[in-house]
Amino acid sequence: MLFRKLLAHDRGGRWFLAALAAAAVLVPIANLVVPPGSPFHVPTFTVALLGKFLCYALLAIALDLVWGYAGILSLGHGAFFALGGYAMGMHLMRGIGDRGVYGHPELPDFMVFLSWDALPWYWHGFDRFWFAMLMVVLVPGTLAFVFGWLAFRSRVTGVYFSIITQALTYALMLAFFRNEMGFGGNNGLTDFKDILGASLQARSTRVALFVASAIALAGGYLVCRYIVTSRLGRVLAAIRDSEDRVRFAGYKVEHYKVWVFTVSAVLAGIAGALYVPQVGIINPTEFQPLNSIELVVWVAVGGRGTLHGAALGALAVNYAKSVLTVEFPEVWLFALGALFVIVTLLLPSGVSGAAAAIKRLAARRLRHA
Amino acid sequence: MSLFRSQRRSTPGRGLIVTGLVALLVFAKASLASPELGAALERLGTAKTYEDRLLAARSIAESGHPDALALLGDLLEGRLYTLRSDGRVVVAASIDRGYAIRDAATGEDLGRVGRRDVTRIGVNNQLRSSLRALIATLRLEDENESRRIAAIEEIGRSGDAEMIDVLADLGAREESDDVKRAIETAIAVLRLDSDDRKTRLAAIDAVSGSMSGHVRMKLTRLAGDESIDDESREAAMRALERIEAKARRYEILSTIFFGLSLGSVLVLAAIGLSVTFGIMGVINMAHGELIMLGAYTTYVVQRLFPNAIEYSLPIAIPAAFVISGLVGIGIERGIVRFLYGRPLETLLATFGVSLVLQQTVRSVFSPLNRSVTTPAWMSGSIEIVPGFALTLNRLYILVFSLVVFALLLLVLRRTRLGLEMRAVTQNRAMAKAMGIRSDRVDMLTFGLGAGIAGVAGVALSQLTNVGPNLGQAYIVDSFMVVVFGGVGNLWGTLVSGLGLGVVSKLLEPEVGAVMAKIVVLVFLILFIQKRPRGLFPQKGRAAEG
Repeated sequence: MLFRKLLAHDRGGRWFLAALAAAAVLVPIANLVVPPGSPFHVPTFTVALLGKFLCYALLAIALDLVWGYAGILSLGHGAFFALGGYAMGMHLMRGIGDRGVYGHPELPDFMVFLSWDALPWYWHGFDRFWFAMLMVVLVPGTLAFVFGWLAFRSRVTGVYFSIITQALTYALMLAFFRNEMGFGGNNGLTDFKDILGASLQARSTRVALFVASAIALAGGYLVCRYIVTSRLGRVLAAIRDSEDRVRFAGYKVEHYKVWVFTVSAVLAGIAGALYVPQVGIINPTEFQPLNSIELVVWVAVGGRGTLHGAALGALAVNYAKSVLTVEFPEVWLFALGALFVIVTLLLPSGVSGAAAAIKRLAARRLRHA
Repeated sequence: MSLFRSQRRSTPGRGLIVTGLVALLVFAKASLASPELGAALERLGTAKTYEDRLLAARSIAESGHPDALALLGDLLEGRLYTLRSDGRVVVAASIDRGYAIRDAATGEDLGRVGRRDVTRIGVNNQLRSSLRALIATLRLEDENESRRIAAIEEIGRSGDAEMIDVLADLGAREESDDVKRAIETAIAVLRLDSDDRKTRLAAIDAVSGSMSGHVRMKLTRLAGDESIDDESREAAMRALERIEAKARRYEILSTIFFGLSLGSVLVLAAIGLSVTFGIMGVINMAHGELIMLGAYTTYVVQRLFPNAIEYSLPIAIPAAFVISGLVGIGIERGIVRFLYGRPLETLLATFGVSLVLQQTVRSVFSPLNRSVTTPAWMSGSIEIVPGFALTLNRLYILVFSLVVFALLLLVLRRTRLGLEMRAVTQNRAMAKAMGIRSDRVDMLTFGLGAGIAGVAGVALSQLTNVGPNLGQAYIVDSFMVVVFGGVGNLWGTLVSGLGLGVVSKLLEPEVGAVMAKIVVLVFLILFIQKRPRGLFPQKGRAAEG
């Protein structure tokens, strides 16, 4: 019932979810059942790559929720993504056990290397999966709540908010680069062995992670869709369009903003947590401001304020990136830079907006004809 | 070697000329040999004890021969030998399996000998320090004042009490105040070893302001010396404390200087931004890359004129201003002007420009860092007082940033362009109605901000690596400086830049460089929550909108 209501006026969303469901079914079959020689076979490498893209898509949806619907441009969403990733990475690190290079039963390799003799307090509990998953949600959520509460309460808006979120992720990057922080410094966390008892190298695990990412993306999409179609979503859109007016109408603007910002950060954290086991590493470069800004361009390309557009933008830009960085590494930054300029100048509502505009135009032509 | 080879190859007639020339040279050299030096060297060669050698060295010094200083240096370094065959003193340079020797008295080249043919004139530590003092005494006559002071200080370090009289003598003749002061300190340092209580106390008192490590070591020893009276020990202790306190003060001063230097870099990086962002309200994420272009301009100027490194900076400054300014105007005309009033879109579009500029530089110059030479007049340091020196390049950049700031202020306050800029930012419609071409003003304002970024790049090229990522490192910092100081307020930018620089340098010894940066960033993030309009918010009409 709810499902139907959510997608009632969302044709793009219906198509998006259908495609996602098809992928979640077909890709595993193409990988596991179809023999390697067949043209329909999907190699495991591609499955992992697609799974990574799906995580990015979830991250893009999370950003679109705050930027497209509430008008909050966060240039630090990569930080929430990375924090979720680190929480997952810590769990995987603890799961290595005594199979590390140094064979220490409890300490991860890098701690042995730094000749630490005990686990820091914040590493306790991460050996249990449920606790790690709780942290995936809690750590980015809490940070976003506190940060958002401070910022929105003192009415830091627009560009100022963007700049301090950028400073936030920059500061976190510097902090995580420090060995003393106990998160592996430069190298971050890597050499993971298995997740929930299944080897990360195994084909079936890869496929399972891909399916999990697809489900998370679909779930994230529905959650966001639910939010934006609810009364809350309308208030958010009103805040985006005229914050003062909403405030004068008696709404607690900052409460709405903090709430949506926190939800978005949690979604980003989940995306990060799914991302880490698929790429096998998490390090401080995930915090770098460039990543967060690149994320913004995915959303801008796809079309902000459409959710499915953001997801498609993430998939398209990342596909282009993985092709271009391999084929013409020199060209990638030119292309990305040009994309920023072109999208903001010529396609302010992204590809999906442009498509809609063309359709409207065509419809008008038809009527006149 | 090459001389011999050329002789072998040359015709007999030419060989004759060469031989004649060599002979002439030898003769000229020999004519310099004085009987006193010869006698002294002979004494040195035959001396059996170190005391005798010292006496001989003294007579070398007293011979007044121009080579005396070099010979004593050779003796000190163990390059003086006696020839086994005739006992002559020679200067030897080690070459493979033997020595190249020349006569010490005449300077005549004696060819090569084997290791066994010569005996080194040995020196021990005591002789060495006496020799150093002796050399220093000779150098005391040097024309150059700072070399004279160095020689005086060396005598102080030698601990040779006999030199007190020499120094006192010299002090009476000396005219320069600086040298006189150095002499007094050196005498006091030597008198620290005196057995006389009064002399010692006076000496302790005299050196208690000195910052030299040698004095500190001496005083520490005196303070713990059981064989001297309590009063002297206490005096030494007090003097040490005073010196330590002074050292701490200097340390704080130099921390503040480094802080101001870091601050001046921040100000330079942010000041262009305070024009584009502060005055125009345009978020220019490519600002860092405009700084980078300025740095690369310096590099190119130095490559174009490799023989004029000294003048490269005066050339690079206007060049960088023009290049970055033109690129800035290009950005404004091509992109920013379509996005006025849409700050988030401006931010994204200019970020795209920054990526393109970075990659352009990477493709043109290579992704590696380029090295920019520091001109001689900018390297080194100047000593304000002993124990407190300022590095010249940082000092120049500090001054330079203030000059740029002052010029910018002048442009904004005193020129027609500045007036129009302020008019357009305060009320665009009204400014247009008064006949100001606001389009042109926008373009020029943006160009001005970009040009200043380029000039900042020239300065930064002297402090950091010049690479494609140079700009990225400064973009977050410069926005923070502008926002912290209060958007649209130039003085705020100056104060916040210098202040943040000093604060992070003061924090650094406590928590480490990276942590200091994090602490400052977190502080800024919290500060902006508290006072979103910065330290010095704009008041009045400009604050609206």
